[in-house]
Amino acid sequence: MAHKKYILGVFDDEDVVLHAVSDVREKGVNIHEVYSPFPIHGLDHALGYKRARMGVPAFLFGITGTSLAFLLTFWTLGWDWPMNIGGKNFIPFPTNIPIVFELTVLLASYGMAFTFFGMEKLSPVSKPIIFDERITDDKFVMAIEVSKNSVSEEDITGFLKSTGATEVNIKEI
Amino acid sequence: MAHKHETPSVEEVFEFSPELKRKFLLGGIIGLVLVAVGAFLVNSGIWGPEGFAGGAHEAAHGAEHAGGHGEEHGTGATLLHRIVANLWMNSIYFLGISVVGVFFISYNYVAKAGWYTSFKRIPEAFPAFMWIPSVLILGLFLFPTTRHIVMHWTHEGIMDPASHHYDKIIASKEWWLNMPFYLVRLVAYFVIWYYLWTQIRKNSLLEDAHGDLAYYTKSRNYAKVFLIFFAVTSSTAAWDLSMAIDTHWFSTMFGWYHLASWHVAGLAAIMLVILTLKGKGYLAGVNLSALQDLGKLMFGFSVFWTYVWFSQFLLIFYANLPEETIYFRERISGYGGRYFAPFITSLILNFIFPLLVLMARGSKRSFTLLKLSCWAILIGHWFDFYQMIMPGVAKDQGGIGLIEWGTTLTFVCAFAYVVLTQLAKANLYAKNHPFLEESLHHDI
Repeated sequence: MAHKKYILGVFDDEDVVLHAVSDVREKGVNIHEVYSPFPIHGLDHALGYKRARMGVPAFLFGITGTSLAFLLTFWTLGWDWPMNIGGKNFIPFPTNIPIVFELTVLLASYGMAFTFFGMEKLSPVSKPIIFDERITDDKFVMAIEVSKNSVSEEDITGFLKSTGATEVNIKEI
Repeated sequence: MAHKHETPSVEEVFEFSPELKRKFLLGGIIGLVLVAVGAFLVNSGIWGPEGFAGGAHEAAHGAEHAGGHGEEHGTGATLLHRIVANLWMNSIYFLGISVVGVFFISYNYVAKAGWYTSFKRIPEAFPAFMWIPSVLILGLFLFPTTRHIVMHWTHEGIMDPASHHYDKIIASKEWWLNMPFYLVRLVAYFVIWYYLWTQIRKNSLLEDAHGDLAYYTKSRNYAKVFLIFFAVTSSTAAWDLSMAIDTHWFSTMFGWYHLASWHVAGLAAIMLVILTLKGKGYLAGVNLSALQDLGKLMFGFSVFWTYVWFSQFLLIFYANLPEETIYFRERISGYGGRYFAPFITSLILNFIFPLLVLMARGSKRSFTLLKLSCWAILIGHWFDFYQMIMPGVAKDQGGIGLIEWGTTLTFVCAFAYVVLTQLAKANLYAKNHPFLEESLHHDI
């Protein structure tokens, strides 16, 4: 497999990296990802990420849960083995609601979690790329993929240095 | 972008113009006139329940007998019952909105929350209205005629085995529902809620003047005391003010249900005042993120209300015990089905509407949709309290007409007058609050 070449700008401060992201993007550089030991407020805006449309799978999985729950309760209590409970009719709507509610929540939450795992390609066997081990401690790393940029390597290195990177490394993965 | 914005000045005072004052006074008087006209129309039979009481009479009678505490001759309700019921329910509704002001501040203090600080002064002004419904409720209870109208258990001899009015079930509740204890409880709720608010308010104003962190700590301690006290008294007040009307019936969910209704109505009122003030050019520091968070609370507690409402309904539906189902029987089909419309309207406006409108992120950032939701929730919970109080008090005399609109209009105007007067007394921002800066930069 062909190796991909990344330029890594290492930063000491989250505020510096936040400004650096906007400045580097303004120069037309395409940033692969920014790694941080903790969430940085406003970083997703600075990186220009669009809002995640998690609501769509949530709704689809949820409505599946609702339908399944109605099917389950209607089929078991009303059709397959009708039971007389307190003289009510065989499909007493309010009594189904707790099951419907629970199954809706269950399917929506599991569905969302697994959709997320799938989209982020997370699994027990997946191997994460670690650009720099210090991102789990006290450094902030901005990774830029060389092949996805028309800007030259020297220019990118220069941009990173000028926006406050303490060191710039090249890594092939 | 998070790091590039300006914060507006925090020196701002709301000016309660004499013109606006006159409008609210006029509104209050119009409300009273509407009640008088409505009462006259009902009394003379032009517009009132008499018009359709004929067919309803038997159904109502049947419902009463199923309850086991029916009077021998009809329900005995009169026009006075309807007016008293209106005063009682509006008092409870507006008492709730007022007390939620201090409740809201208290839980935010205890949670050390910062996001709400930019509009803190608005809930802080609400409890100023608390004394009016409190005095009204106490007055209605102390006056024997109105006391008997609202509270069935206060009738003479009902707890006395020798009397022919004796009611075994009510008598068994005498340890809780007796005159001295009941009065002591009511006074304790009103006085202690009000007192704790005055202390929180006082410290907040002192903080404005002197800007010492000690005031924050003090307010926080009062907030803790309030939350502990309110945790118990929100439930007991619900039993005393609303559940005791249907004396035979009880529900263990009722305290929560009542509090949920108060709380979400209070949140909607806070939001509505903020949006109105923003519309007039005040409160520029309250940003969209703060509004979205308040909108989330409105949405969340609308669903919470539904959860509690439904839990109460489901348990009673499922157990199917006549002494419990009578409560919903009266509301769904009792008294000629006159309470079905408010009953179902409450459910639609308080659950379906917020669920469909308020769920999306964008709608919690749209002034129009937020305002619409505020009105839906406020009107919906008005109907909620209507269907809690009316069937038990006004019985077959209940209705929705000039009397209801008038009473509510007077209450709304009085509430707005008192709250805005209170609001005008202080800076619109709690300018020395330690979390104000965080709140002005609140970003989600």
